[in-house]
Amino acid sequence: MTAVQIAPGPAVAVGDPGRRTPGIGLARLTLVELRKLADTRAGLWLLMVIGVAAAGTAAIQLAVSPDAELRFDSFLQFGLLPASVLLPVLGILSMTGEWSQRTALTTFTLAPARNRVIAAKLIAGVLIALASLLATGLIAAAANLIAIGQGGNGSWSLGAALVGQTMVGQVIFVLEGLGFGALLMNSPVAIVAFFALPTVWSILGAMIKALKPVTAWLDLNTTSIPLSEAGMTGGQWGRLGVSVAVWVLVPVVLGTMRTLRREVA
Amino acid sequence: MITVEHLSKRYGAHPAVDDVSFTCAPGTVTGFLGPNGAGKSTTMRMICGLTPPTSGSATVDGVPYRRLGNPGRRIGVLLDASAQHSGRTGREVLTLAALTMGVERRRVSESLERVGLNATAAKRRVKAYSLGMRQRLGLACALLGDPGVLILDEPANGLDPEGIFWMRGLLRDFADRGGTVLLSSHLLREVEAVADQLVVIGGGRVVAQGAKDELLAASGVVVKALDPGALAMVLARIGLTGTTTTDGGVAVQSNAETIGRAAADAGLVLLELRPAGSGGLEQMFLTLTAGDSVKEAVR
Repeated sequence: MTAVQIAPGPAVAVGDPGRRTPGIGLARLTLVELRKLADTRAGLWLLMVIGVAAAGTAAIQLAVSPDAELRFDSFLQFGLLPASVLLPVLGILSMTGEWSQRTALTTFTLAPARNRVIAAKLIAGVLIALASLLATGLIAAAANLIAIGQGGNGSWSLGAALVGQTMVGQVIFVLEGLGFGALLMNSPVAIVAFFALPTVWSILGAMIKALKPVTAWLDLNTTSIPLSEAGMTGGQWGRLGVSVAVWVLVPVVLGTMRTLRREVA
Repeated sequence: MITVEHLSKRYGAHPAVDDVSFTCAPGTVTGFLGPNGAGKSTTMRMICGLTPPTSGSATVDGVPYRRLGNPGRRIGVLLDASAQHSGRTGREVLTLAALTMGVERRRVSESLERVGLNATAAKRRVKAYSLGMRQRLGLACALLGDPGVLILDEPANGLDPEGIFWMRGLLRDFADRGGTVLLSSHLLREVEAVADQLVVIGGGRVVAQGAKDELLAASGVVVKALDPGALAMVLARIGLTGTTTTDGGVAVQSNAETIGRAAADAGLVLLELRPAGSGGLEQMFLTLTAGDSVKEAVR
């Protein structure tokens, strides 16, 4: 490899026409996308707020909850609330930021395989959801140790099934955010739609009787509730699957198609 | 090596780029000239696979851009220096590019130094950058992968005179070492000093292209006579029309001998008879692309 020496010096040839430039691997792109989640002021603040808020929920529980409820699983459930609300926003910004900040120009110039870039963003979203679960687990563990010291219940019991369900829940909402971002390509619109649409849909479902059988399958707010209770039934998984297809899969697929086709200017 | 063949782009009924073809050879700087809205940026975006062409094709080193795999290692691109996340630092922008391209991280510092962004500037967020600093950052990004080809859209925008001079040197040097450079501008004067080849585009079509020296030679002569009225009559007699230049001369699409003979035959006293050079090229540029800027302004 030769270096471009622009300052006066020996005349070294630029570039290397014979150089092989294989495509950029998914792992490398994922690493870049993970870094992009945290290297802006907005991204870093979101992650810090999630961490502080998770610790805050533990502190509030320690202060006000009855001793019997001071258990690892309840610290974990409450601790995950900030992440489940704010991580999807990080996902939205990961997609929309490319357009609103116009970084798509650089991103897709360096990595023309746009589908691979989107895949990297989705994987980065899943990884950050899992990482937040792990971090919240550590906070919950620390809170539980304090609870034991205070004479709280301090139980460590947490079924493997519940861990899995919690993981699935966190991942679903981050992917939903990524899907909304990819599809709508505009930060404020995507954030408002992400929070308002499912709520409006839930309210409609509650108000209009005729919609009830439909919302039982298509309201992610309802179908995701069993995730927080151990022992989900097959029927509950089925309903969750259908609503995930509508609220996560459809936006991700349509958003990917839109991103592949959109002209970058 | 950049090859553009019959590239066209239509937006509805509006042809933004219409059958544009040209080649940029290694070792040369090609100036891509045209008024605002002439189709320069659209053409460059099509070369870089960012805008799908309606018809035609473009290749870099014989390969369509999107099939280059890791294009940053072959071609450095700066299409819009302002298109950076305002919340990232200059160093972070380059670090992300280095990670994507798989380039060693130490090259980030080298690149920053090469374009004249010091450690303090590198630590600041792009939001605080002037347009000139963004151009330097964009250029650092384009050079990061040690490419053999550069595509730069109006890179001199926002640079001060010293910065423009510096960039000219950088691009000239890049080409002298076997690199290929395509750079666009709406100012002839800006690229004239560094370009070997010129491609002039107006209303989406190539209106002139070739070696700069040839285009300069083909731009006619400037003639000044003691009696301007008599000169106009002489020119009319041999079937030529001239355009009055700002300094009182007349630019004519002809050669010195033809004009000189016609003047001698008519007993006309000439005060000046010289190649029009860049003045003529500018005149040609304005004539060829006349009306486009006006359309752009009212669109």
